[in-house]
Amino acid sequence: MYTQALNDPANKAATVAEGEEEQNVRFMARIDADEKIEPNDWMPDSYRKTLIRQISQHANSEIIGMLPEGNWNTRAPTLRRKATLLAKIQDEGGHGLYLYSAAETLGISREEMEHQLITGKARYSSIFNYPTLSWADIGTIGWLVDGAAIMNQIPLCRCSFGPYARAMVRVCKEESFHQRQGYEILLALCNGSDEQKAMAQESINRWWWPSIMMFGPHDTDSTHSDQSMAWKIKRISNDDLRQKFIDATVPQAHFLGLEIPDPDMKFNQETGHWEFGKIDWDEFKQVLAGNGPCNRERLAARTKAFEDGKWVQEAALAHAKKQAARAANKEAA
Amino acid sequence: MLAANVDETLEIDREALFQLALRLGDTSLILGHRLSEWAGHAPILDEDIALSNLGLDLIGQARSFLTYAGEVEGRGRDEDQLAYMRNAPEYRNLLMVELPRGDFAFTMVRQFLFSAFQLPFYQQMMQSRDKTLAAIAAKAEKEMAYHLRHSSQWVVRLGDGTKESHERTQNALNSLWTYTGEMFETDASLKALIEAGIYCDPASIRETWNKSVDDVLQQATLTRPETGWMQSGALTGRHSEHLSHLLAEMQSVQRAYPGLKW
Amino acid sequence: MSDKSKNSPIWEVFIRSKNGLSHSHVGSIHATDNEMALQNARDVYTRRAEGVSIWVVLSSDIAASDPMNKDEMFEPGSDKIYRHPTFYDIPDEVGHM
Repeated sequence: MYTQALNDPANKAATVAEGEEEQNVRFMARIDADEKIEPNDWMPDSYRKTLIRQISQHANSEIIGMLPEGNWNTRAPTLRRKATLLAKIQDEGGHGLYLYSAAETLGISREEMEHQLITGKARYSSIFNYPTLSWADIGTIGWLVDGAAIMNQIPLCRCSFGPYARAMVRVCKEESFHQRQGYEILLALCNGSDEQKAMAQESINRWWWPSIMMFGPHDTDSTHSDQSMAWKIKRISNDDLRQKFIDATVPQAHFLGLEIPDPDMKFNQETGHWEFGKIDWDEFKQVLAGNGPCNRERLAARTKAFEDGKWVQEAALAHAKKQAARAANKEAA
Repeated sequence: MLAANVDETLEIDREALFQLALRLGDTSLILGHRLSEWAGHAPILDEDIALSNLGLDLIGQARSFLTYAGEVEGRGRDEDQLAYMRNAPEYRNLLMVELPRGDFAFTMVRQFLFSAFQLPFYQQMMQSRDKTLAAIAAKAEKEMAYHLRHSSQWVVRLGDGTKESHERTQNALNSLWTYTGEMFETDASLKALIEAGIYCDPASIRETWNKSVDDVLQQATLTRPETGWMQSGALTGRHSEHLSHLLAEMQSVQRAYPGLKW
Repeated sequence: MSDKSKNSPIWEVFIRSKNGLSHSHVGSIHATDNEMALQNARDVYTRRAEGVSIWVVLSSDIAASDPMNKDEMFEPGSDKIYRHPTFYDIPDEVGHM
């Protein structure tokens, strides 16, 4: 669900080889006419690369995103919460798989993408490099992090690449429960004891800024958005999405009786928007560069799962081979 | 509550029925908990999702059994008070399910040995004269059929896979075997419930269980361990070292802030 | 890294969402055998009871038309409007047909 890394510098503007110009013109005409591009259609190399990068990063984010919440799977305070949290984490795994499956139609294998993830060649949303320190964090992640992700993802349902758009439709349909379960957890805390309410406020204090950073750099600093916009991979700008998210979220925080940890936050009657303070992009860059509180742990956990999985994968392949040989022998006999 | 669910002509020992509901609920809960530990860490992504599905089925069963246990007990305890506010000696789960999840072979062999019992067990429990237990069994039966299928196939793949996977799977089987006897155990109060048509006689399941186990082990090229001394403790609440650690983690939020709503 | 023999093959997944509808493509999964493919498809694509029947087929076993030949494959069909019911004038009085 997490597409923060849309504006990766690796995205060089479309460099179209000579002779392909005509195909590219036809391609752009299809994009302009809002036609969907399907895997076997001709597409510029740079379009393919941009999509592979974006979809695999999106998938990686889903998979890494299972970890911070998984940290509370075994401590959920009621059996109902335990079941819904497990189901939510499971959904994230499922969304990762929908997305890997969409990326595979572009000619990259899932194993390759997993390998890129654990070797640090591919990114994932840096929000997951923050720790989950209290039960309230499970509520906050559902409400803010999934909320931000949904804002990002709804426009992607109209993305020009068919398999990505279809995967997003499935993801968005399933995710509405995630945000609601998060908000419900916070409602229970805010209607509870003083300690519980303090737990909720402390959690919002830590997650607010990283959540609004999920929309990526300001449009003025986001040099690579234009091409993605022209290709209709990206359909709404970072700042527009961020503003939309803040406008939706601030009243929800007030309903909970929680404060947004931004002293500059104020409502502008004229524009109808909530105005917010300065984002600390240094922190964003540091976390992106691998210096967040949990970057190493997250990658270590995925690396371990990948390494521990090798013998299982080998066993399944070996068994399938033996079965095929047995079937062939039977037929020959 | 009880009278509505059980044939009224029966003399039922409430405490015995309460203990039975706990035995069933605790076993499902603890195994579901162990499966939930895999989320995000499973060897293959598709299997990550599968393990969560198995865990969710078991946690669902646990909720039904514990809710019923609370009703039978009649002291106003709900599923959460029973799950989160009892200590290890009060837990009635089979020892097998509280063992740490181990590697993927251990997890799958355990799931297989357990499901091979639970499926025929629930099929019989659907005839229980306790209508609530029969209804929970009817739902759980379908779930266990899938668990058995899924775990059997993995045991076969791993047993008949590579040298490494074969060894891991055989080792898991050898370590778990001593815990399989408990599924068939009864005591005086369970016997009374069997007499009353509420609990099914586990001895009647032995043959079906043996057959599923032998079939799968044969396909998996695994050797059935010699049946020797069997571990026991569920009926009296004498557990392995692992359960109190598991509970300390599972109950930590509830215990740190007692009596609150979450 | 991408040693194909070490990777489990890709299967395309088709789901019948309810009886009366045909199976439709929903995505793909990885598996080493039929049974694993069916179970993975079930766990990944039907967590909310989205289906009553699943087909899985090895992606490598699918023969696909080439989009470059789209014109010769599909254009001839687009002017055969007699295949479409609206080609036929039926008087309104006959009612819905």
